[in-house]
Amino acid sequence: MATVQDRKYVGQSIEKADALERVTGRAQYGADVFMSGMLYAKALRSPHAHARIKSIDTSKAEKVEGVKAVITHKDLPVPSDTATSFGGELMIALKDLQKLTMAHDKALFDGHTVAVVAATSLDIAEYATSLIQVDYEVLPPVADVVSAMDDSAALLHEDLFTKTLGEPPTKASNVATYLEDGRGDMDQAWNDADVVVEDTYDTLMVHQGYLEPQACVARVDGDGTVNIWTSNQGTYNVQRQLSALLDLPQDKMIVTPMEIGGGFGGKIYTILEPLAILLSKKSGGAPVKMVMDRNEVFRGTGPGSPAHLTVKVGAKNDGTITGCYVRMVYDAGAFPGSPIAGATVVSFGPYKCENMKLEAFDVVTNKPRVQAYRAPGGTPVGFAVETVMDMVAEKVGMDPLQFRKHNAVVEGDLMTNNRPLNSIGLTEMLDQIEKHPSWTSPLEGPNRGRGLAVGFWLGATLTSSSVIMVHADGTVTVTTGQVDLTGIRTTMKQMAAEELQIPIEDVNVRVVDTNSAPYTDLSAGSRSTWTQSIAIQRAAENAISQMKAHAAEQLKVEPEDVEYADRRFWVRNDPEQAMGWFDVARNSVRRGEGPVCGEGSVTRVQSAPTFGANVVDVEVDPGTGKVKLLRYTCFQDVGCAINPVQVEGQIQGGAVQGIGWSLYEYYHYDDKGVMRNPSLLDYRMPTALDLPMIDIVLTEKPASEGPYGARGVGEVPIVPPPGAIANAIYQATGVRMNKLPMTPENVFWALKDNGNGK
Amino acid sequence: MRPFAFVSPRTLDEAVQAMAGAGGNARALAGGSDLVDQMRVGRRTPSLVVDIKNIPDMQRLEYIPEDGLHIGAGVSCTRTGEYAPVVEHYPSIKEVCGLIGSTQIQNRASIAGNVCNSAPSGDTIPPLLTYDARCIVVGPNGRREVPIAEFFAGPGQNVMAADELLLEIVVPPPPANSSGRYLRFIPREEMDIAVAGAASMIAVDPASKRCTTARIALASVAPTPVRARDAEAVLEGQVVNADVIKAASDLTPNATSPISDVRGSVEYRKELCKVLTQRTLEHCLADLGM
Amino acid sequence: MEQTIRKAPLQCRVNGENVEVLVKPWQTLLEVLRDELRLTGTKEGCSNGNCGACTVIIDGQAVDSCLTLGLEADGHEVTTIEGLADGAELHPVQRAFMEHGALQCGFCTPGFIMSAKAFLDKHPNPTETELRTGIAGNLCRCTGYDKIIKAIMSITEK
Repeated sequence: MATVQDRKYVGQSIEKADALERVTGRAQYGADVFMSGMLYAKALRSPHAHARIKSIDTSKAEKVEGVKAVITHKDLPVPSDTATSFGGELMIALKDLQKLTMAHDKALFDGHTVAVVAATSLDIAEYATSLIQVDYEVLPPVADVVSAMDDSAALLHEDLFTKTLGEPPTKASNVATYLEDGRGDMDQAWNDADVVVEDTYDTLMVHQGYLEPQACVARVDGDGTVNIWTSNQGTYNVQRQLSALLDLPQDKMIVTPMEIGGGFGGKIYTILEPLAILLSKKSGGAPVKMVMDRNEVFRGTGPGSPAHLTVKVGAKNDGTITGCYVRMVYDAGAFPGSPIAGATVVSFGPYKCENMKLEAFDVVTNKPRVQAYRAPGGTPVGFAVETVMDMVAEKVGMDPLQFRKHNAVVEGDLMTNNRPLNSIGLTEMLDQIEKHPSWTSPLEGPNRGRGLAVGFWLGATLTSSSVIMVHADGTVTVTTGQVDLTGIRTTMKQMAAEELQIPIEDVNVRVVDTNSAPYTDLSAGSRSTWTQSIAIQRAAENAISQMKAHAAEQLKVEPEDVEYADRRFWVRNDPEQAMGWFDVARNSVRRGEGPVCGEGSVTRVQSAPTFGANVVDVEVDPGTGKVKLLRYTCFQDVGCAINPVQVEGQIQGGAVQGIGWSLYEYYHYDDKGVMRNPSLLDYRMPTALDLPMIDIVLTEKPASEGPYGARGVGEVPIVPPPGAIANAIYQATGVRMNKLPMTPENVFWALKDNGNGK
Repeated sequence: MRPFAFVSPRTLDEAVQAMAGAGGNARALAGGSDLVDQMRVGRRTPSLVVDIKNIPDMQRLEYIPEDGLHIGAGVSCTRTGEYAPVVEHYPSIKEVCGLIGSTQIQNRASIAGNVCNSAPSGDTIPPLLTYDARCIVVGPNGRREVPIAEFFAGPGQNVMAADELLLEIVVPPPPANSSGRYLRFIPREEMDIAVAGAASMIAVDPASKRCTTARIALASVAPTPVRARDAEAVLEGQVVNADVIKAASDLTPNATSPISDVRGSVEYRKELCKVLTQRTLEHCLADLGM
Repeated sequence: MEQTIRKAPLQCRVNGENVEVLVKPWQTLLEVLRDELRLTGTKEGCSNGNCGACTVIIDGQAVDSCLTLGLEADGHEVTTIEGLADGAELHPVQRAFMEHGALQCGFCTPGFIMSAKAFLDKHPNPTETELRTGIAGNLCRCTGYDKIIKAIMSITEK
């Protein structure tokens, strides 16, 4: 392996492999698929948050000229294996996925699909849905986790009993799971503390906000083969879900990945795909296209989970943390599966502490079933913990950065799950902050403040694989099922060229369908580039060993006697006896050994934990409560930046999503549980004008495993923003914010309640 | 979208006839930024859409010193905001032309369209109220003038009959020694509907420094944009200083009857009226060198 | 339902070519471009003028094609992302987006490039704030705008 200095492509900001297609409009996304005889599908969605469905009459819709198929839950097959669960970072049980796909006996959220029409045009399909008559018995909605846990709350599922290690419950409830974790002695922790801070925090439902609405085309062939073209973060997860949901063998389920216009965790479980397939089948095999509009994206997909949190932290006067406690109640929406596991790991991730107690509740409410959203579960708990840590630091009279340095975890310390951390770069990153102008420069002027917050993410591992084919002219195609969210083609190209020691121009990466490449898990959990670094390394080793065998045969030596570097194979004891890469490649299709095809996969690797931090300067307008960001700097230990520009882009994007979550974004529900802002007008994502430049400072402390020591990059950037901004608002005004988003109105009243701050 | 027929008349007469022939179910299309979305979501279902942008009368943009500013119904916000006399004489109108939606929307949307949409939040309306603008309406029975203050009837409603068209808006010349400013409050910096908006226009006698005319109008705080007459009364006849501005601004909530919705609460909107009015008045004073 | 109203002819120029096509009066320009002309580079992100993914240029001005009826384009010159490059020669904005890593998923990219092109034609030397204001009608969820701003500013400096 090349040393850091010797690397030719890894570590370079190589231009995005598919940039040309994207700047010329040629890249094909889900909605860009057109086929002859294609039908267009539209869903009828529940206008009620919680309602019993007494009957559905589709007869009028079916009679409309141009309508080819209408489906309801009755068209979904009964799955044979109901115990299965799917997901990446958030799991969903098959029986729940089925009821989520189309409402059965009850509509469980505003926007729940009730029936779907396929017609020769979208206008006709839309018109026909308006003729479907649904008889609803409206039930009281369960609005949030706090009211959901109340004894008087309506039940979403009469058969839901809390999963817990304690006494099994006798009564159904809206609490799906209760988890408890920790270590040490909490009584001791509070006794040892000179300072204890406890507070409660609330966040609201948010959306990933990918610009591309969900879209797919399905076609069922005469032999029963199902073809699906879709914009999803994975193809094999789609294959597995559809195959289980529709009771079809996986070899007959061909999932082709289209370009995906953003996912951020929100495009993992299937939503439209099963509907399009059923409609294609029912219409006799016509291709069926189904594309959501933005209203449906908000109401009918899986948003990010809101939470209700209580955090308590104790510390000695010298700043040493003695105890950490958190009670987290996460909202799963209509079916169990909120991100409590991720939240638990994130919570006190950056802090060394012997005494910890973590309680987590997974609670259902009448909202869309959540999906993952970038570091799922991490942002709400990060907001609460980083605010409390700031308060503790202030109480013990320590600078917020020094307090975090004093308590920072190092390699070998235990995570919240009581497993030891491997190589991490938190201390190195905090040292960089200490010297950086974003932290050291003076901040002057009224109503201005500077805030700091740290975040943690462990990242997913799962399975990744790639195949390296060496063509007869020596050029190389890397084939993979790894969906390219924002740059995997580029980083894989860099890594393959690096490992094969060939010019990068000779490498192409193709992302192919489920039936053309070996199994690969979805692109999520900050895992794609990092796990593919190992898979590619193995595939390259495999390809080179095959080429060594070819060379050995021609050089008349044993394969283990052949050495390889820089496109040259030679005999170890006789370096003059050599062959070039091109000759070996050309001969591979003419001689006995056959074509070169290296396979590499990875399933079990150690996690590569990531830490990030934000330093932000804000100015608060006391007349309106509006918070303006003056300067924003993100620090992150990335292990090794395989493509620095892409790494920066990931961090900038994650930070800005976190900024939106902090300041503007939330689902606004009325008292009937109906979402009142399902548009990009009133669900306010940051525009270019709301932001300063997002400065990036990278730390590169190599991870424990993998050829370059790379870590996952994508998720941790969304954890620190709300804590950093809230702490900056406090510095500016003397007021602590306990709710997200910190909208102008919320800040305005908080200032008024506190006599206009300091 | 539900089906409709479309015509694009080349003369005002053709347009009036088209509107009259649709049995009250036609809708005029200027920039389309409100109408097309309303049709898409089924909030409006006209049987005929009449594109008025190709009618020369509707593209009139002219400033006549003794008569005022004529803004045809089809003139885009971009064109209006860049028109030199608007920049020179009507700063608050210039400001709102840069506030309606994005650049893309400003390139299509017209002030008349914003007025016809008659939303309580219409940003162009408060400045027009402060300048006592007039709406020139045409229909099968001819032409009539409606003062802007009498144009609105409620959220999304106005006094135009279903078969009438808004031809142009006439903004009288501003008084001597005056300035007008508009501020809206939105959570982001762009692309939002006003939580509250305030336009102020004051004229000052150069000798006595006393305010001779004061107009304050508010958006998003009542079923229609409204004048804050109590606040105006505090200013008129006074030497305008910080105390007077504060006293006037504090009275603006008297004119309002806001609702609590996804964009803000009643109480917050009232507080915003005060601060926005105060800031626009301060800006006007600064414009007048005071 | 829709059979009662006839399609109407639309004659305009799209990317320098004369186009004549029958469209439903209620089809937006976005739908005409994508569904009838199969120019799928123009994207639909929100359908109501709040994301800018559907931005095209009509007679030199950036507009949201989702809020424009197809028939409104009659007699006008429409430029989409497909018509921006001069053959194999990319427009400087396209080039700058590639060079500065100003795109990730790429879904907002065509709209951004069209907006930026129209903006620069009118404001060749903008300040950063003017640029941010000018393109605030285009949402991007991947990049945080940082590299987009740098990409566009890089052309103004040249």
